[in-house]
Amino acid sequence: MEASKVIHAIYTDDDVLMSAVKTVKAEKHHIEEIYTPFPVHGLDKAMGLAPTRLAITAFLYGCVGISVATLMMNFIMIEDWPQDIGGKPSFSYLENMPAFVPIMFELTVFFAAHLMVITFYLRSRMWPFKKAENPDPRTTDDHFLMEIAVHNNEESLTNLLKDTGAVEINIVDKDEDAH
Amino acid sequence: MEYKISNRLRIAAIVLMVLGALGIAYGFIDSHSVNEGNITEYLANEAHHGGDHATDAHGDEQADTHGDTHADEAHVQDGHEVEAEGHELTHEEHVLHQLHNRPYAALYVAAFFFFMISLGVLAFYAIQYAAQAGWSPVLFRVMEGITSYVLPGGLLVLVIAFVADSHIFIWMDENVVAHDTIIQNKEGWLNKTWFFIRASIFLAGWSVYRHFSRKFSVAQDNADINDNSYFKKNFRIAAAFLVFYIYTESMMSWDWIMSVDPHWFSTLFGWYVFASMFVSGITVIALISIYLKSKGLLTFVNDSHIHDLAKFMFGISIFWTYLWFSQFMLIWYANIPEEVTYFVTRIEDYNLPFFGMVALNFLFPLLLLMNSDYKRIPWFVVMAGIVILFGHYLDIFNMIMPATVGDRWFIGVPEIGSILFFGGLFMLIVFTSLGKYPLLAKGNPFIKESEHFHY
Repeated sequence: MEASKVIHAIYTDDDVLMSAVKTVKAEKHHIEEIYTPFPVHGLDKAMGLAPTRLAITAFLYGCVGISVATLMMNFIMIEDWPQDIGGKPSFSYLENMPAFVPIMFELTVFFAAHLMVITFYLRSRMWPFKKAENPDPRTTDDHFLMEIAVHNNEESLTNLLKDTGAVEINIVDKDEDAH
Repeated sequence: MEYKISNRLRIAAIVLMVLGALGIAYGFIDSHSVNEGNITEYLANEAHHGGDHATDAHGDEQADTHGDTHADEAHVQDGHEVEAEGHELTHEEHVLHQLHNRPYAALYVAAFFFFMISLGVLAFYAIQYAAQAGWSPVLFRVMEGITSYVLPGGLLVLVIAFVADSHIFIWMDENVVAHDTIIQNKEGWLNKTWFFIRASIFLAGWSVYRHFSRKFSVAQDNADINDNSYFKKNFRIAAAFLVFYIYTESMMSWDWIMSVDPHWFSTLFGWYVFASMFVSGITVIALISIYLKSKGLLTFVNDSHIHDLAKFMFGISIFWTYLWFSQFMLIWYANIPEEVTYFVTRIEDYNLPFFGMVALNFLFPLLLLMNSDYKRIPWFVVMAGIVILFGHYLDIFNMIMPATVGDRWFIGVPEIGSILFFGGLFMLIVFTSLGKYPLLAKGNPFIKESEHFHY
């Protein structure tokens, strides 16, 4: 279980963290995770993370939303209980479509936004009653934590991280069952 | 980075203007080849050739749709047909008016289109200053170049309005007003003197802001590194200008565009025209920046700047659609005859340009520019930009033409000639102005941030 040993390097400044990430990446170490108190612009690129696919899901959810709105309004206003509103008793979805556009728009946004947020939470492995993965509560305040897996190279890794400006370096056994 | 308008570009612009002028002249001569003497013959020929509109009286369709009682209301939209009912204007005379209006209207649409591009850019530029935007100062000289067309372009629009007179603005015709109570009630606002006084105030205000913002922007380049006083001045006048602009732009849109249909009004028309000019202006900033960058002149403009401009093109296209639809849906749903006739005319006589414009201004930008990566590909942005500009030309076309030429519209020699002429003039003035000062506003306190802008 050597792989479950990780090193935690703690930084107090996001600019220092950024340059540290670049140094560590240049030395070809794999960064498992970084915990920050706020989103650090450009960090994902520096870490070499793949671009998010959240936008694609948002588009698909929007398509679901507009379809639901169309089917719903067609059922309510055309099939189930047709009404003559504003002298437009055409009972055709297409001809009355302008009246339904606001609903179609709103449901598109509603579906895209809510489902995207839920997807984001699930993809980030956050759900109700989930125990926090955060290894150090200070990262919710003003500290930044970089987690790197150790493969019999504690010494060199520690020295490298010291040089990048880490204020604290801990080697911990990671409990794989935590998440 | 210095830039001088190249001879090739200048010659190209002049050639466009000459070709355009020929087209415009042909339009006037051609329209006057039909006169009182041969109009009957003309209409007979047209009917012979299977022209289906010549034989039916206009407005019949509207009359069918809304019942006869509303026919009068409907007519005012359809060419200047307010006279047609009961004022002894025959069908022949009416068609003759429409034929004679066409070259004026074609000229006016193109003149206004290129003018509104530069006015839209002026508003965008002022917003950048008022917001103290950090991303855009590398584009300021491009914007200043485009806004150099505000004054000449605006004057030309007014000259055309003055010369065209009742060919475009039916309320300038005293005979029509004498028989029209609705226009009579609006005479306090809609009269020729007050129209041109207002127009001069608008244009003077915009030009004064343009003059000083350019002056301070250039002065800031030569100022001491610790002296931001010119920038601060620009910040202040930008804020003041924006207040002036949003009122005057709105009034300008009632005067210069909405009053061609003097019976009809829409309360969000000012915003609607604003959206059109804003998105066209931003598109032209993107196109000219990409052009200059391809010449190797805007090395400090990176693809993040293009990305941001494309985001604006995308966003304001949707904003335009939102306003277009808001205006359309309320009137469509309420179905009040004097309001809905505006859209009935457009849907029946202008079906292709009316709905085509929605496709060009909404669907194309939505689909072409939705993907984040595509907003960074110059040729993609250029393609979307050309579609957007054509779409917004059609938008202005749909605003002016139904009231002036009725169903006798076509995008033919007079229209294309006018586009070429004003397009050439626009290029000539804008690129000459671009060559006057370095392309980087190096004194702007945000210039470093802007150069390093990345997303």
